[in-house]
Amino acid sequence: MAGEAPAIDKAAVEKLAFGDAEEKTAAIAALVAEADPRAAALLEALSEGEMQVAGKRVLIVKGEDATDAVSGEKVAPLPAEREDVVANNRLRREIEGALAAFKLLSPDGAVRLAAAKALAGGAEASMLPLVRKALEKETDPDIKPLLELTASSMEMKSGDKEARLAAIRRLGESNSPNSRTLLAEAVSDSDADIRIAAQKSLLEVQGKLAWGERAGLLFAGVSLGSILLLAALGLAITYGLMGVINMAHGELIMIGAYTTYVVQVFFRKTNFFDWYLLVAVPASFIVAAAVGMVLERVVIRWLYGRPLETLLATWGISLMLIQAVRTIFGAANVQVENPAFMSGGIQAFAGVVLPWSRIYIIVFAALVLFSIFLILTKTRLGLFVRGVTQNRDMASCVGVPTGRVDMWAFGLGSGIAGLAGCALSQIGNVGPDLGQGYIVDSFMVVVFGGVGQLAGTVYAALTLGFANKFLEAVSGAVIAKIVVLVFIIFFIQRRPQGLFALKGRAVEA
Amino acid sequence: MKRRMFVKQLALSAAIAAIGFGSTSLYAQQKTVKIGILHSLSGTMAISETVLKDVVLMAVDEINAKGGVMGAKIEPVVVDPASNWPLFAEKARQLLTQDKVAVVFGCWTSVSRKSVLPVFEELNGMLFYPVQYEGEEISKNVFYTGAAPNQQAIPAVEYLMSKEGGNAKRWVLLGTDYVYPRTTNKILRAFLKSKGVADGDIMEDYTPFGHSDYQTIIAKIKKFASEGKKTAVVSTINGDSNVPFYKELGNQGVKATDVPSVAFSVGEEELRGVDTKPLVGHLAAWNYFMSIKNAENDAWKKKWADYTKAKKLPYASKPLTNDPMEAAYIGVYMWKQAVEKAKSFDVDKVRVATYGQTFKAPSGITSKMDEKNHHLHKAVFIGEVKADGQFNVVWKTKGPIKAVPWSPFIAGNDKKKDEPALMAEKKK
Repeated sequence: MAGEAPAIDKAAVEKLAFGDAEEKTAAIAALVAEADPRAAALLEALSEGEMQVAGKRVLIVKGEDATDAVSGEKVAPLPAEREDVVANNRLRREIEGALAAFKLLSPDGAVRLAAAKALAGGAEASMLPLVRKALEKETDPDIKPLLELTASSMEMKSGDKEARLAAIRRLGESNSPNSRTLLAEAVSDSDADIRIAAQKSLLEVQGKLAWGERAGLLFAGVSLGSILLLAALGLAITYGLMGVINMAHGELIMIGAYTTYVVQVFFRKTNFFDWYLLVAVPASFIVAAAVGMVLERVVIRWLYGRPLETLLATWGISLMLIQAVRTIFGAANVQVENPAFMSGGIQAFAGVVLPWSRIYIIVFAALVLFSIFLILTKTRLGLFVRGVTQNRDMASCVGVPTGRVDMWAFGLGSGIAGLAGCALSQIGNVGPDLGQGYIVDSFMVVVFGGVGQLAGTVYAALTLGFANKFLEAVSGAVIAKIVVLVFIIFFIQRRPQGLFALKGRAVEA
Repeated sequence: MKRRMFVKQLALSAAIAAIGFGSTSLYAQQKTVKIGILHSLSGTMAISETVLKDVVLMAVDEINAKGGVMGAKIEPVVVDPASNWPLFAEKARQLLTQDKVAVVFGCWTSVSRKSVLPVFEELNGMLFYPVQYEGEEISKNVFYTGAAPNQQAIPAVEYLMSKEGGNAKRWVLLGTDYVYPRTTNKILRAFLKSKGVADGDIMEDYTPFGHSDYQTIIAKIKKFASEGKKTAVVSTINGDSNVPFYKELGNQGVKATDVPSVAFSVGEEELRGVDTKPLVGHLAAWNYFMSIKNAENDAWKKKWADYTKAKKLPYASKPLTNDPMEAAYIGVYMWKQAVEKAKSFDVDKVRVATYGQTFKAPSGITSKMDEKNHHLHKAVFIGEVKADGQFNVVWKTKGPIKAVPWSPFIAGNDKKKDEPALMAEKKK
């Protein structure tokens, strides 16, 4: 097939490969004008960095296969001396626009929609006739408004005043950040009428965009809250319910993250890489829970009721765990790759993209919270844990094996820390020091929420998440952290029992 | 117990006495010479600094295989300051006083360099610092083999302002909160103003070390970028925060063709842990890229690949080279050549001998240590990230540029001398 088709414009291809920036831009325009699908393939190859030159010849190299860019013939063997044709951002932008314009005439609706979206991001004025042509034919209700918007944004740059005023009005009805950019430029136009119209439209667009921004901020708050919640939930059980000041909590999170890493390494060798989390989630729970139970049996159970010693002992354990991981996996961070479904994001509002990874973590946090709630309120273990927490001696009297309940409860708390580690590995770095970044936050959440209270932990995590994100938007990340810390110090001064105090006749040990 | 204390004190006082009496000529008679390697092997900076330790060790192995320096075998002393700035100073003091090293190769962040600087000046040690930094410093005890702002930051911004770079008119200056990003951004702000950029078109933001949640910051950038005119991001984020930053950038769909971001502390090694496909086209400015094609670089890359395999280093499966590695490697050889010229390990003699030393660098130029200002002459490259985590060089200077550590864009710098103040002479 390729052999029969007439060769594409040789001069243009050579300019594309050997010319300077101006010549390359001109060559792209020339190739697009041909409306040849092979020209499109050629441009795509250039933007993907697959175009190479060998002497005077221009090649498209994909892996080990090479074809001649002009004739379309196979080139074998590969010439040894090859050089990449470098496409920089400017060139890639030109190509993107050119290709999108190309695809606007495609019979496939999905291709046209993608192209229209790409063009809405900013198109060269030279493409206006092409967009108009596509607009005439377009009937799809999803694509048409996008194209109209694109046409308007192009007309903004044209010289005709009436056309520009109409375009400004139409842009005012849209809610894309791109419209704001164009209108903001028009506000300082030399023509008074245009200035006034642009000002009006700009306010409209900004009003719509502001809602999107607020929603985005809200999402960021919930997202940070869910991460804090995951990190703190385990501690809410070990510290909140059992009263163990567990300084090694962060390291249990780290162990969960490393378990995820190990599972991921195994799965990389198989074809089911995208599903590794299905194994990693239970694995991280089990490993962290096992480590936690061993800790409880070997060290912590001898120290109940001696908070200072517990603090020192668990701190020592945390250092040992960090060093152990450093010895096994090395001091540098390890790389945990996201499965494909957790990359990218969903466009929720104009200009606001919600990343999938964060959406999944929010859902995951909710699920974990719900399971803990079920375990604590609906199972026998939960009943025992609550019984032992409220009155250890009495529970022991009625036959609750308090020692074993302690072990299981500590294991549960540790396992949840492991789950947090699994989730954190998807958005942050996994290294031996991972836990140290979260131990302070975790204690902050539990103490702020009120010790011995699951509900308090949830409210505290969300409150701190929102507070952090809103302050960050106003004052920057560094100040936000300081302000939150100072606020908590004052809050605990005024109300040492936290947001929610445990009411009733609990016996303090 | 008491006896042990006494023995300890005795040993300590002996050590102190040794410092006092230890004359530098002692080194020359020894068959071995100790050098110190002061890079974080754990903590937030380990992502960047661990390879520097290994590349210095590789250079040492090479030199030892060829007979060492002036017949003396080099004995490296590796310490881990653990990304902890005060610990850097402690370890530096330990290297200089206990191990008595002839020279130290180390530090990445400017805050770590600032923390060891008084130690080196007090004990008259010698430090080779291999990373690009903010300038504003010339110490007679430090040789800076990384870039000064005019060898990296300013050309990068100029490129983004050009038609080729996309005509950027609005600027986001984003960094980790410490001395290097703050100073660099101060210089850049003054530079941008001199080019007619209004204050309202510059947004400056900082995050703490190890920050991992970049949602709001990226949202802010997107908002800022849509408020008119072409926007570019200048990132001076350091350490492992870069991974979440670039992940979030990719997830939120900020494309380089719309809002390009140029980084000064992100190279091949930092991108190792990142899916680079969504990041294609974002830029980095350095004085070396692994993808540079020339005979020196090919040979150097091969050496490194062989070394990682021979030593079974964790990155042996995918050996990468980057700019600070090149600078660290050049540093070791500059020191070796200087020692051979001075025919002594004495810090003061070696210092004078280091001036004007040249080395055929893997970046393809002949790097020269300036005769006065302790900085290397370097060529500048700007690269765009490719899908495989390497960089496409899209712009470069014609030849080496002399460093200007006292940036003319900071008030009062015009009066400062382009050479270290010789404190030793003041004392005498």
